[in-house]
Amino acid sequence: MEKPLTKYITPGSPPPDLKEYSRIGGYASAHKALKEMSPAEITSLVKASNLLGRGGAGFPTGLKWSFVPMGENSPKPKYLICNADEMEPGTFKDRYLMEGNPHQLIEGMIISSYAIQAEKAYIFIRWAYKKAEKELRKALAEAYAAGYLGKNILGSGFDLDIYIHSSAGRYICGEETALFNSLEGKRAIPRTKPPFAAISGLFGKPTIVNNVETLVWIPHIIERGAEWFKNLSMTGAGGTKLYGVSGRVKNPGLWELPLGTTLREVIEEHAGGMLDGYKFRGVIPGGISTDFMLEKHMDVNMDFSNVGAVGSRLGTGTMIILDDKTCPVAFIHNIEKFFALESCGWCTPCREGLAWVEKLLASIEEGTGKMEYLDILKFHTKYLCFGNTFCAHAPGAAEPLQSGLEYFHDDFVQHINGKKCPWRS
Amino acid sequence: MSLEIMIVKIRIDGKYYETKLGKNLLEACLELGLNIPHFCYHPALGSVGACRLCAVKRFKDADDKKGHIIMSCMEPVTEGMIISIEDADASAIRAAVIEGVMTNHPHDCPVCDEGGECHLQDMTVMAGHNYRRFDFKKRTYKDQDLGSFINHEMNRCIQCYRCMRFYRDYVGGKDLNAFAAHNYVYFGRHENGALESEFSGNLVEVCPTGVFTDKTLKKHFTRKWDLSNAPSVCVHCSVGCNTIVSERYDSLRRIMSRYNGAVNGYFICDRGRFGYEFVNDEKRIRNPKIRINKNEKQEEVSENNLILTSLTESFSKDKKIIGIGSPRASLESNYSLLSLVGQENFYHGISKREYNLTKTALDFLRSSSVKTPSLKQIEKADVVFILGEDITNTAPMTALAVRQAVRNKPKAAATEKGIPLWNEYPIRNYTQDSKSPVFIATAIKDRLDDIAEKTFRGSNADIAGLGIAVGSLLNDEASTLKLSSNDQQELAEKIALSLKNAKHPLIITGVNCGDEEILHAALNISIALRKNNPEAMLSIALPECNSMGLAMLPGKPLDEAISIASNEIIDTLVILENDLYRRTTKESVDVLFEKSKQVIVLDHLINKTSQDVDIVIPVSTFAESEGTLINNEGRAQRYYKAINNKDEVKESWRWIGDLIKLRNNDQSIPWNNFDELVSSLVNELPAFSKLKEYMPDADFRMYNAKIPRQSLRYSGRTAMNANIAVSEQKVAEDNDSPLAFSMEGQGEQPPSSLVPFYWTPGWNSVQASNNYLDELNGSLKGGDPGIRLVESNGENKSSYFKIDSHTVDLQKNELLIVPAYSIFGSEELSSAGEAIKQRIPEPFVYLCEKDADIFEFKDNDMITIEIAKSKIELKVIIENSLKQGVAVVSVNLPGMPFIDLPASGIFSKM
Ligand SMILES: Cc1cc2nc3c(=O)[nH]c(=O)nc-3n(C[C@H](O)[C@H](O)[C@H](O)COP(=O)(O)O)c2cc1C
Ligand code: SF4
Ligand code: SF4
Ligand code: SF4
Ligand code: FES
Repeated sequence: MEKPLTKYITPGSPPPDLKEYSRIGGYASAHKALKEMSPAEITSLVKASNLLGRGGAGFPTGLKWSFVPMGENSPKPKYLICNADEMEPGTFKDRYLMEGNPHQLIEGMIISSYAIQAEKAYIFIRWAYKKAEKELRKALAEAYAAGYLGKNILGSGFDLDIYIHSSAGRYICGEETALFNSLEGKRAIPRTKPPFAAISGLFGKPTIVNNVETLVWIPHIIERGAEWFKNLSMTGAGGTKLYGVSGRVKNPGLWELPLGTTLREVIEEHAGGMLDGYKFRGVIPGGISTDFMLEKHMDVNMDFSNVGAVGSRLGTGTMIILDDKTCPVAFIHNIEKFFALESCGWCTPCREGLAWVEKLLASIEEGTGKMEYLDILKFHTKYLCFGNTFCAHAPGAAEPLQSGLEYFHDDFVQHINGKKCPWRS
Repeated sequence: MSLEIMIVKIRIDGKYYETKLGKNLLEACLELGLNIPHFCYHPALGSVGACRLCAVKRFKDADDKKGHIIMSCMEPVTEGMIISIEDADASAIRAAVIEGVMTNHPHDCPVCDEGGECHLQDMTVMAGHNYRRFDFKKRTYKDQDLGSFINHEMNRCIQCYRCMRFYRDYVGGKDLNAFAAHNYVYFGRHENGALESEFSGNLVEVCPTGVFTDKTLKKHFTRKWDLSNAPSVCVHCSVGCNTIVSERYDSLRRIMSRYNGAVNGYFICDRGRFGYEFVNDEKRIRNPKIRINKNEKQEEVSENNLILTSLTESFSKDKKIIGIGSPRASLESNYSLLSLVGQENFYHGISKREYNLTKTALDFLRSSSVKTPSLKQIEKADVVFILGEDITNTAPMTALAVRQAVRNKPKAAATEKGIPLWNEYPIRNYTQDSKSPVFIATAIKDRLDDIAEKTFRGSNADIAGLGIAVGSLLNDEASTLKLSSNDQQELAEKIALSLKNAKHPLIITGVNCGDEEILHAALNISIALRKNNPEAMLSIALPECNSMGLAMLPGKPLDEAISIASNEIIDTLVILENDLYRRTTKESVDVLFEKSKQVIVLDHLINKTSQDVDIVIPVSTFAESEGTLINNEGRAQRYYKAINNKDEVKESWRWIGDLIKLRNNDQSIPWNNFDELVSSLVNELPAFSKLKEYMPDADFRMYNAKIPRQSLRYSGRTAMNANIAVSEQKVAEDNDSPLAFSMEGQGEQPPSSLVPFYWTPGWNSVQASNNYLDELNGSLKGGDPGIRLVESNGENKSSYFKIDSHTVDLQKNELLIVPAYSIFGSEELSSAGEAIKQRIPEPFVYLCEKDADIFEFKDNDMITIEIAKSKIELKVIIENSLKQGVAVVSVNLPGMPFIDLPASGIFSKM
């Protein structure tokens, strides 16, 4: 089984430096792309590979790039932003990639920037990722020194600077338009769309935002081609995926597996199954803004469309498992508390709605809840849908809530009727 | 685009309506009279989609039965669009949004200052939320002390972000923002302190809840529905913003902005809003005062007949009477004085400098073909050049209009990109810091510098020089004059080129800067621009609310009255609403008073002039009288009384009518009411002939009734005087206007000039004004009130002014001094109020560090300056934007003597 993204990552050892990275074939794709390929050819290749964005929404990367105005008269400068905010609870895949192989990301960014002719690129990194930031800075310096960054890269006439920006440490900063405001030094609130980022993004200029795990694919696709990429996955979606599991399993961790690996294989084979004495009750499959999946979904192929078909989302592919010794109400309360706190406060349904949801859940968990609260919670799962709210934050928060209310209904009722949490002594 | 294409048909809840392309759906619906609840949208601030209250349902086509929810404020209208406001899903979302904001909102409307005039109350009722399901504790905040104008009560906040957007984006304020996040977002300053912006008071109207409320009203609070209101015009500068003034128990309780699409739009400045407190001041003159002997104290007389009888002698035919008018008195009051004394004895109560400059301005506006813009037109300018005048302090709302003008370039760029003009943040994000160019040439840093493309600092001669250079570059006939400094020449070329390429270039200058050279240079630029561009505009800030009206009346400058006094004896000197110590030196006033056998003052307040004369006659302020003011563009606007006169207070023109009766000795009153007075004025002075067509006369009726000053909800009429007499008092009559001191009358909207308050069913807050407009941000239904009496004519025949620059030879210890105006302090009437007083600076002089070093002055030192033989003491403030050799001195602040600036002065330590 091929593991193109993580092959050279050895946790605990330093990441490959420029010399080592070059030795194992690094920057060959940058040479190839900048010297032999036109920007349009790269975009077509990425389109043909069907690389779906790994930031959570699975938007086709090549298609996104194709919206960027190109040519002599296109606005200048254009920007590429690597979204490395990774504030999604349970998610640590980007961190792994940045700490483990920073040059892989930088090379991906160089080629991607070239494809959209961006002269400036930012790595917008979670403030807490100090180690990743340090490794990236070291790698950037090496890349500059070697002429992979700066003016007239590899004699191609293409200029690129990459800057690292440590995020302010709020979840909403990862939403790409709030990210623009944050980078511009404004309040991190999302922006009105349209205009879309490819037309008017950072500083009003054409901008592409991609997730770390999306960008690291680019050198590999340049090197091995679209067909190779497609064949990596179990299903048609293409590529491998970093799947992570946390919770009461024997072997929590992160694995690069073919996209579309079944839930069962991830949990039972790679995570080693549940710890002795714990039973599986459900899993949040891709960061906390996705709907629960249950035992009955164990054989679902974990890719964007198949997970979507059972009412959840692949999201970031990093799962959190709910076991039988953990209270589902407390579990969901914890999730909603996070969302309520991380609401940017711009739109009313999210700002007031999530705060209320959090209080209702806390009250039920404390044993002071009423049956009507379930109706109010249910109402919010519908009311907090996309379109009613300004951005996808609150709709994301509504997902685990709505499936949790459905799947763990009896637990909620037990809390309310018994006036206490059955998991607490 | 032709007009046909601009009109689109939309289907709303099964009915078809027409609206214009380019609007969003919320705007279109509000204009059609369809109620959609909303918070964050404001016509002047555009849409941002934050509150989510304006949800409606949109259907793809006639077959789509399911539809999808949209925010109406974010949806452009399109031909054939099908929407539903009444749809159950949409209604449920609107109710849920209200339920959400109400989870934390205090449930104490009865003690809230906003209550009864609250957009949140209206929206709660309109959206249909009433049953509370939220069981938990409410969020609470700490309030801030925001100074003497505005009260802060953050618990009432519903996080609509209007305040922040108004304060930062619209007026360019820096010291108010949104802090924190999630459901703890806070709107305020970084610490306690007065809000710095000159337009902060508009927060009272912009905020849909009781967070920001009027602190001056709080001092004598009254329920909004208990106010008796009148349409009025601000008396605190020459811009002439429209206001609503409100009374209860014979005192003036507050001032709000009155929409006028051509003048102030939705807003007014803080001087206009909070400057009213002088009306209720204890220094108000309420009864006539008399002093028999020059050395005696004035005694109050309560019988006005007594005063009139005692004056019979003074006004007999054989007496030499001189009248001194005022730029802060109405046109009618000035005219009545002119009638009393005759044209040859009527003097404008202003300095010669002000008189000459104002006349120059008026003559130019009359004779040239350069457009004098309304504020609305100023907002359309695409290049602005400001010469010498600190408009933020002398004509505040003009400055706010210029702040909107800089958005024309970004707006044009956004339009090209297909971003609609109401779509606030996409425009700002796409265009970032792009601005239409504004060039500012002043002696010292300016409040508008933050929007300027280039600023220029120098002496008045430098500023005039720059103006002359720009003028000569634009004037094909003139030989190009080169400035000695390369930088300055480059700047002149840049400005000239910008102005030349502009579609709507605007030159702004003013009389307040006191410099004829600057004024002439500005006028010359406008002439040169006009040659090639009929859209060229010129705006001149004048000193006071009726400077223009006074200038349009025949009369001579005050200085001439003083020269007469030095040669001959004046029997009776009548001074109308004027403190002469603010107009000329103490020595001059002394001469005038000594040479006058009897000095009579008609005024509102005890001041230096009124405290030291033989007879003081109590006259109404703007709040207690009808009158016409002519603003700096030549627009005549009428104000109406909100307070019925009591004690012996009467309108100046009414008192003067009595005096004319004495003078004529035939017992005939020249006018019985305001309409007769205006007729007389119009007959005698044809320049004012349009005045008669302008406003409905007092006999105007709607459905046989006068227009009520009070809302239907007015309470306590039968009880409010019960402590005096239990029977209900007769409603006071008003023979001077079509307004009644009553809540009884027609329910329809009065003519636009006579709207005493805004109210339409369901809309009790100021947002009701939307229903009085033909289009949001557009004109009032029936046209914006006011009529232009001074209008540029078609031909361009003005000839260039010859400018002779005179250089001043400075002595040792001497510096050039130019005046600094303070929005709070430099205007007489507003400065008498407590709220404004808190914001008045101590008299000051700005000096650059180099000059200060030469004199060995330090920041905050008290120093002495001798100007034209009179000495003043001032506090030094070091300000390095000043050019060396130029000092800037505060003028007209309370306690300061008259100084005729610009001038030069000798500086010394105290
Ligand atoms: C509330 C919120 C938080 C987000 N946080 C992240 C994040 O931390 N990292 C990320 O890559 N994408 C995040 N996203 C998604 C981004 O907006 C964007 O879709 C993504 O970066 C695009 O990258 P991709 O096309 O490569 O998937 C977030 C979205 C929302 C609504
Ligand atoms: S949904 Fe939440 S995070 Fe998104 S804009 Fe609204 S308040 Fe902000
Ligand atoms: S203070 Fe007023 S205007 Fe500002 S957000 Fe709150 S409710 Fe809106
Ligand atoms: S002082 Fe001038 S700008 Fe301010 S409200 Fe009055 S008229 Fe308008
Ligand atoms: S008015 Fe439309 S979202 Fe606030």
